[in-house]
Amino acid sequence: MTGTAGGVNAANGRVDVADLTVRYGGVTSLDGMSVTFEPGTCGLIGPNGAGKTTFFNVLSGFVRPAAGTVRAFGEDLLSIVHYRRARWGVRRTFQTEQAIEELSVFDNVAMVHEHSRLNGSSRVKDVLSAVSFVGLDVDPSTRVRTLSAGQRRLVEVARAVVGRPKLVLLDEPAAGLPDEETEHLGAVIRQIPEQTGALTILVDHDMSLVSACCATTAVLDFGKLIASGPTDEVLRDERVISAYLGTAEVS
Amino acid sequence: MLDVADRTASARQRWPPRRPDARTLARAAVITVLLLFVLLALPQLLSLYYIDAMTQVAVYSMVALGLGVLVGRVGLVSLGQVAVLAIGAWVAARLLFATSMPYPVVLLEAGLITMVAGTVIGLPALRLRGLYLALITLMLAGAITVVLATVNFPNGGHGFTGYNGSSVHIPPIRRPSIAGGDPAYFRYAVVVAALMFLLAWAHIRTRPGRAWAAIRQSEPAALAAGINTTLYKLWAFALASFITGVAGGVLAGAVHYLYSIDFPTQDSITLLAVVLMGGAYSLWGAIIAALLLQLLPALLNNWGVSADWLTILFGIGVLQVLTTAPAGLADQAPKDLARLGRLLLALARRLAPSGGTR
Repeated sequence: MTGTAGGVNAANGRVDVADLTVRYGGVTSLDGMSVTFEPGTCGLIGPNGAGKTTFFNVLSGFVRPAAGTVRAFGEDLLSIVHYRRARWGVRRTFQTEQAIEELSVFDNVAMVHEHSRLNGSSRVKDVLSAVSFVGLDVDPSTRVRTLSAGQRRLVEVARAVVGRPKLVLLDEPAAGLPDEETEHLGAVIRQIPEQTGALTILVDHDMSLVSACCATTAVLDFGKLIASGPTDEVLRDERVISAYLGTAEVS
Repeated sequence: MLDVADRTASARQRWPPRRPDARTLARAAVITVLLLFVLLALPQLLSLYYIDAMTQVAVYSMVALGLGVLVGRVGLVSLGQVAVLAIGAWVAARLLFATSMPYPVVLLEAGLITMVAGTVIGLPALRLRGLYLALITLMLAGAITVVLATVNFPNGGHGFTGYNGSSVHIPPIRRPSIAGGDPAYFRYAVVVAALMFLLAWAHIRTRPGRAWAAIRQSEPAALAAGINTTLYKLWAFALASFITGVAGGVLAGAVHYLYSIDFPTQDSITLLAVVLMGGAYSLWGAIIAALLLQLLPALLNNWGVSADWLTILFGIGVLQVLTTAPAGLADQAPKDLARLGRLLLALARRLAPSGGTR
């Protein structure tokens, strides 16, 4: 299956995924996934177990695919060692939020910055601008342990945008957040490509958030890409609706 | 873009603060006063018996500090630290007999050589965590103990091991020229320990400390932040082993004679127990752990109570810590004292006749 999420003639700065396959023992989590993510914010949706987080784990280097390639910004992403990918520009948040409790807000964000080899940029300035970009209105020396769930999510997002990110992966950032915080998060996510130039991929089950943030969306079901294109069209697609309702026939 | 820059400018005015806050200053003052008291007043107040015990406290505070870095900061449980201490003591004793190098140089070398050995012991940590890592380090420690029991500690003999079994006159391990007597050597040990605490503190407050905190909470999050988890885990083992090796060097001079029987494998388990009781997440916890491990037996001994009771006490203590105060005494004691203070204050108010009560 091949699909293109977004405009056809985009230049650099896109992510081409070809025939990506991941197997865990007998389970095939990703089954020949091929898709192109164009610059901007792209949605990635699908029912539970569809392979969305597995796809992120491949991009982060936690999972080695059985087959397939990922070319990001013209480079072979899979050939980069996992811990070096943050330096290259892959940033992510986790489904279960992973802001480091023991550290302050500043240290949480500075940690990413100092391992990114950003020569010639001020760490304090970059970290503070990332913190203010996500709209986190707390003293940067506050320990993350004392923050609310919504604020911790923002710390994670600040970690994802600090410095020079190229590819920001957001894994259900709004899960468990109240409506007004989700709205704020959506406003932040919409600004990421414009502010940082990073291609942003948003995984979420909140369709209003996905439609509000993403011009284009790709849909996974049982490890296969079943649709991709402009978000409003994709969400009207019958195969997508039936996949979510659990009546899709998987070929 | 402008919007962000504006907000950043206002944030920069507030942060980072130019001057340290009152809390930091108070903490620095307390540490300075405490250190001066320990260095100047304590040797005058104590008998030689307790000065010796306090020298051991200084040595084991470093050992506990090393284990605290591993357990509290990185989340790696090692049950081989007493064997690492033995390596440090062995190397230092060998160098002290074989060379006339100044004591600080010997301590540094003992630390560095132990660092290499301890990092090798830590290699399984790259693959294992929790119980399995604890088991592997315990078994490696057991193996080291066996080797030490076979070749013995150096006692001024010839050859690589420097051990002479038939010797009648065994020379004691030398001490630094400026710290020959017990009170002076105690001060020397405290200064070395203070330097090691400073070293650990400098690590925790900067880049490696941040990386360790991330690794402890979540390795995927650490990797995603660009942290080379393999490097930083080995770094933690290297730092812990360096500190423990230096402690071994101080121990060698403190006791004058070293025997392999002084480093039983099971002591590493007791060490973990007291580190947990003292508080693995705080540097103070290492000092409390050393007091529990070395001063308490000395006190009991002086009172004619068998130190074997400590095994039971430590067992109860660990149980108590794991169930009610996971951050140990270093965290719990100030809270409890504050609670006690409030209680006493409330009591005093109630008892006072003109306290504004109706």
